[in-house]
Amino acid sequence: MIRFENVSVTYEDAAGPTLRDVDLTVPEGELVLLVGPSGVGKSTLLGAVSGLVPHFTGGTLRGRVTVDGRDTRTHHPRELADLVGTVGQDPLAHFVTDTVEDELAYGMESLGLAPAVMRRRVEETLDLLGLADLRDRPVATLSGGQQQRVAIGSVLTTHPKVLVLDEPTSALDPSAAEDVLAVLQRLVHDLGTTVLMAEHRLERVVQYADRVLLLPEAVLGTPAEIMAVSPVYPPVVALGRLAGWDPLPLTVRDARRGSDGLRARLPERPAEREPGRGPAGLLPRPVPSRNPAPPVLDARGAGGGAPGPGRGRGAGRSLFRRRRAASAPVAAPRADAPLVDVDRLAVRRGRVEALRRVDLRVARGETVALMGRNGAGKSTLLSTLVGMIAPTSGTVRVSGLVPHATEPRALIRQVGLVPQEPRDLLYAESVGDECAAADADAGAEPGTCRALVAELVPGVADATHPRDLSEGQRLALALAVVLTAAPPLVLLDEPTRGLDYAAKARLVTRLRGLAADGHAIVLATHDVELAAELADRVVIVAGGEVVADGPTAEVVVSSPAFAPQVAKILAPEPWLTVEQVEGALRA
Amino acid sequence: MTPVPSVAPGPPGRLLAPVADRGNALHPGAWWLWALGLAVAASRTTNPLLLGLVVAVAGYVVAARRTDAPWARSYGAFVKLGLFVVALRIVFSVVLGSPIPGAHELFTLPELPLPDWARGIRVGGRVTAEQLVFALYDGLKLAALLICVGAANALANPARLLKSLPGALYEAGVAVVVAMTFAPNLVADVVRLRTARRLRGRPTGGVRAVLQIGLPVLEGALERSVAVAASMDARGYGRTARVPPGVRRTTNVLTLGGLLGVCAGSYGLLAAQGAGYGLPLLAAGLAAAVAGLRLGGRRTLRTRYRPDRFGPRSWLVAASGVTVAALMIHANGYAPAALHPGVVPLIAPELPLWPALSVLPGLLPALVAPVPPARAAVHEEPSA
Repeated sequence: MIRFENVSVTYEDAAGPTLRDVDLTVPEGELVLLVGPSGVGKSTLLGAVSGLVPHFTGGTLRGRVTVDGRDTRTHHPRELADLVGTVGQDPLAHFVTDTVEDELAYGMESLGLAPAVMRRRVEETLDLLGLADLRDRPVATLSGGQQQRVAIGSVLTTHPKVLVLDEPTSALDPSAAEDVLAVLQRLVHDLGTTVLMAEHRLERVVQYADRVLLLPEAVLGTPAEIMAVSPVYPPVVALGRLAGWDPLPLTVRDARRGSDGLRARLPERPAEREPGRGPAGLLPRPVPSRNPAPPVLDARGAGGGAPGPGRGRGAGRSLFRRRRAASAPVAAPRADAPLVDVDRLAVRRGRVEALRRVDLRVARGETVALMGRNGAGKSTLLSTLVGMIAPTSGTVRVSGLVPHATEPRALIRQVGLVPQEPRDLLYAESVGDECAAADADAGAEPGTCRALVAELVPGVADATHPRDLSEGQRLALALAVVLTAAPPLVLLDEPTRGLDYAAKARLVTRLRGLAADGHAIVLATHDVELAAELADRVVIVAGGEVVADGPTAEVVVSSPAFAPQVAKILAPEPWLTVEQVEGALRA
Repeated sequence: MTPVPSVAPGPPGRLLAPVADRGNALHPGAWWLWALGLAVAASRTTNPLLLGLVVAVAGYVVAARRTDAPWARSYGAFVKLGLFVVALRIVFSVVLGSPIPGAHELFTLPELPLPDWARGIRVGGRVTAEQLVFALYDGLKLAALLICVGAANALANPARLLKSLPGALYEAGVAVVVAMTFAPNLVADVVRLRTARRLRGRPTGGVRAVLQIGLPVLEGALERSVAVAASMDARGYGRTARVPPGVRRTTNVLTLGGLLGVCAGSYGLLAAQGAGYGLPLLAAGLAAAVAGLRLGGRRTLRTRYRPDRFGPRSWLVAASGVTVAALMIHANGYAPAALHPGVVPLIAPELPLWPALSVLPGLLPALVAPVPPARAAVHEEPSA
């Protein structure tokens, strides 16, 4: 169906070709997954299939790409529109019309299908993707997962033989990602669609792939073959490699079946995780002394600990009251006072109650992961902590300050946020200028920010434009800008979006280092693996309310949606990461 | 009290307007005809009470029938723009003076001496009550026109209106729609980046803030436009059918010739002399242009998905607007004084009975147009 014959792509001002001598054939009806580190040309390869490379992006394509016999050199993207459906990373950039139904019909209108056919296919697609209730809604008001499903639906209505997807699930929460992947699998199985997909979050997708294409080597093979040699692999494969399983497990189910031997070799429980320590316990403990029950844990209101059915809301509440009453007369030492103190916070935007009765405490040196659906209120909570949103009721204190009433200049010394799109934080024309501006903003010694950048991303030239950095480098630059003011509280919104495993591992190391230095870190994320590796505590937000708050192992192991793969494999024992298992095996 | 039966509505229930969905949506052209009818009526009077009535009618229909869609929120912006126009008109009248003679002098501004060649222009000077009232009436008229346009904008989806264009103009229409989404996105970007400035410890307000984020905002907008263009291309925008060159040339000749004919014909109609050739020329030009567009439509393969139908309810809505316009034009014949209350001498405007009644048919859409579904279901997505 898709043939690449000796294809190389070189962009205009690039030093070398982005793709080099790719030769491959994808037969009809296969789901092929593209894997490889950032910047190896996954998006370029996908673009070459739909003809957008080089017709739209520029650059030179050598060799020949044919899709169902049509050569992309002689066919423009619009002449391939009936054959190839393309969905990019950002569904909002994909939409041309304003309501769901029009969006689904747009491609068919362009192809000139008969009105009766269009109507039937729109209805079918609405059902296939579970969008029937949303048919009249403006696309801008949908949630991320809904938008991604509409984007996929909008290319499905033309019945393309090939579907090309660039990171379809990276912006989605775990359950929305499941929905999208279930739809893709249905297409492959029921309609024989050929799917070509790039995705960084392999733990979500690798089990659905028929074959995997590893870049930059351009080797095509079965998932197990490729995962055995790939530099990027999901935790389940990491565990399999660690335990020496053959064949390598790709799904939690496979791994669980073969896990008896491993369980026998493991001790009863992982070593206790202490707040502020990395899961492997490699880093020194930052805060010298702590109450046996840290204030962060007993300050929970509704449903503290695991959201088990046995634990009533009333019980948690009364426990909370009693403890607080008991500890009130004792003046807590200054170092133990929570850095973040959120009490009965509510935020309203128009008619929408974004947050309701949220209580949250974060101590120094602690790492907290906020998890929950797209649109649950995670970003709103972070925005409130940096004073971008004023609370409608309730109080927010960060280091004793009221964020929205504090001068920005003073506030950045207390709290820093790396936004979902790190680019929002960067205004200057070059990395050097950006660093100089950050020093000036923070009133720090000149060169502070530059030194941080050199530490976080070695080898970035001063003259580089922030736009030309990779996702991971840009995130590191934004983090350096935030850290220049040395705030004790660092917030990150969805930091691993678009990062490959290597960049993610570097981020994890950096954040653990920060926590070890006594910084408190709060991150909003959909990435369960990241939360498992980093967080001391997980707070789950749903519908603007905190529904669970407790140590990572407790909260995450009991939840099917938020459990990392290792926890699913080794449940009921609370192992969370491959690193923990590795440490235990070595001991 | 007995509960109201919810099933099987009796005869009165059948007369109620149905809940709106895609299938029974009013044709956007009907809303525009209705709004233009009200606008024509507003342009025929300077009586502030009648103008207020027109605005009230438009506002009531908008309140009763607008949806929660983003374009429906533009009504408030148009009302504000109208008020701004009134204020601007009064300021101009104060500063630049007015030819209206008046006896009630309110105050005198220092007058700017102007050179001889600028005679007839005055800056500053006497300000009279008459000239202010005249400016107020005039401004109100403009504001009422704007609010009528705003009502149409809020009630009819602009994209759907463009979908009703002939096939040959469709692609231009899509380009216009995409361009229209540019502005709201730009505003959203500015807001987002200004709040992000707070994260860098810089003040979020002020001219400097806007200047500093200008470049990133434009960059972002440009990138998004390129992304949308790529998406449109990959989804088949601009696919054309092969047509013989003869047809293509004929299309060009017909369209261009037709447009020229329309221009010349309208000039003939409007100019003092030449009414004799104006009308036939206009008609011929129109015919040629329509033929050119139809022929041009052969090049596009596009089909239309569920085009809006001009059904009975659409006809009623359009007719209500046209009725208001016609009645108001007629009222100018029998009660010109009531429709244009004098300012010299100053008199309090009265609400004339029959012209006032003739605005009320404009309320018909609030009864016959399909009711938008309940608003509770709308959920705003924070940027998570």
